[in-house]
Amino acid sequence: MNAEWRWDFAIEILPQMLLATLNTILAAGVGYAIATIVGLLFLLGQRTPIKIVNIINREIVEFIRSTPLLIQLFFVYFVLPQFGITLSAWVCGMITIGLHFGTYLSEVYRGALEGVPKTQWEACRALNFSTFYTYRKIVLPQAFPIAIPGMGNYLVGIFKDTPLLSTIGVAELFHAATAVGGYHYRYLEPYTIVGIIFLMLSIPAAIWIRKIEKNVNLAQGKIKKEQL
Amino acid sequence: MSYFAFLTEHGPTMLLGTVTTIKVLICATILYVIISLIFGLMRLSKNPIIQGTATVYIEFFRGTSLLVQLFWFYYVLPFFGLTLEAFTAGVVAIGMNFGAYGAEIVRGGVLAVPKGQWEGAFALNFTPAKRMRKIIIPQIFPIILPPAANLTVELLKATALVALVTVVDLTFEAKQINSITWLSAQCFGTALLIYYIISRFFLVPFLRWLEVLAARKVGKEIK
Repeated sequence: MNAEWRWDFAIEILPQMLLATLNTILAAGVGYAIATIVGLLFLLGQRTPIKIVNIINREIVEFIRSTPLLIQLFFVYFVLPQFGITLSAWVCGMITIGLHFGTYLSEVYRGALEGVPKTQWEACRALNFSTFYTYRKIVLPQAFPIAIPGMGNYLVGIFKDTPLLSTIGVAELFHAATAVGGYHYRYLEPYTIVGIIFLMLSIPAAIWIRKIEKNVNLAQGKIKKEQL
Repeated sequence: MSYFAFLTEHGPTMLLGTVTTIKVLICATILYVIISLIFGLMRLSKNPIIQGTATVYIEFFRGTSLLVQLFWFYYVLPFFGLTLEAFTAGVVAIGMNFGAYGAEIVRGGVLAVPKGQWEGAFALNFTPAKRMRKIIIPQIFPIILPPAANLTVELLKATALVALVTVVDLTFEAKQINSITWLSAQCFGTALLIYYIISRFFLVPFLRWLEVLAARKVGKEIK
């Protein structure tokens, strides 16, 4: 083995890697979409006035949050078939990522809802708005901007955790790199290209999120224009 | 096979794996704390070269996936003649990755120290080094510990990844037992439970205790 970077090899495998990147983006997108919905479900469980539901909900969230995503993936992938449910690696991966990050997003939602000042609720109460109307017209429009930075961070987080899907055989970017590397027995170029692709996608995303965050803070009057 | 029989047969193996997991956790935590303190302070430097180095380091490690970094350390570094043992590669990759996140926390912590403290140190004619060492650094701990505690729990979860570079930790053992017995629910269920127990009953209370300790040191009381 030599340490030389071979451009011809790198260029040869590049199209394959870029194609696999599409799969990675798809996986991150679908996983995120599921996570946003699962997060809402956990939030509902947290805010229902039934005590026992709250406790069970909190324990489930705690459990999912404090165990590794990798083993959760294995669990879903290997255990469900024992109960007669055979799902493809893709579906298993999406379910697991959705559940795992759903717990994180439910915390983001909760923080956002609590970020809406209490007086807003009291004013709605005084105006005799229904709960539904209060949420739809008053609380959610104010809570959503607060949730944006957190939601954006977890989108990048999911994107960076998609390589784990390769362990159960989802053909995303990292899986492709391992396959190419194993075939040619050269890991230098494939893994380096994976790193570069990740950098090229996640740094602009992070910058974009920071910009949104700044705009949100400006719109909410939390910081002044001169402070920027 | 009952769950009890499963535990008596494979429990000891899993416990051995757990010991490795805890070793990885401790080594990586020490490494990440050191890296985050160094790079967090470098990030605040006025010297553009020092600050630039820290920024590049942080953006690089935060921008790429931990798994990619881990594989890079383990499979690509040998190309450059630097062969790391699986355990070392795992600890270094996790430590450096989390160090990048931790550096941002440290930076935030230093900036959050009240301005009066800086001015006071300045008024007393402390040198910049002494000001940092005696006044600012002792005060950042109560500020940075709560977010650092979250990060450390994340680190515990990330240690599972070292199994993929053949470190024989809890995850590795669970996978191994699964491929022998095909009792997936039992193996992975037990592994999940062990991670949960470590996190909930050992790591989190310990970090909480540190938080209280740090707060008390600067004369704050937290419930």
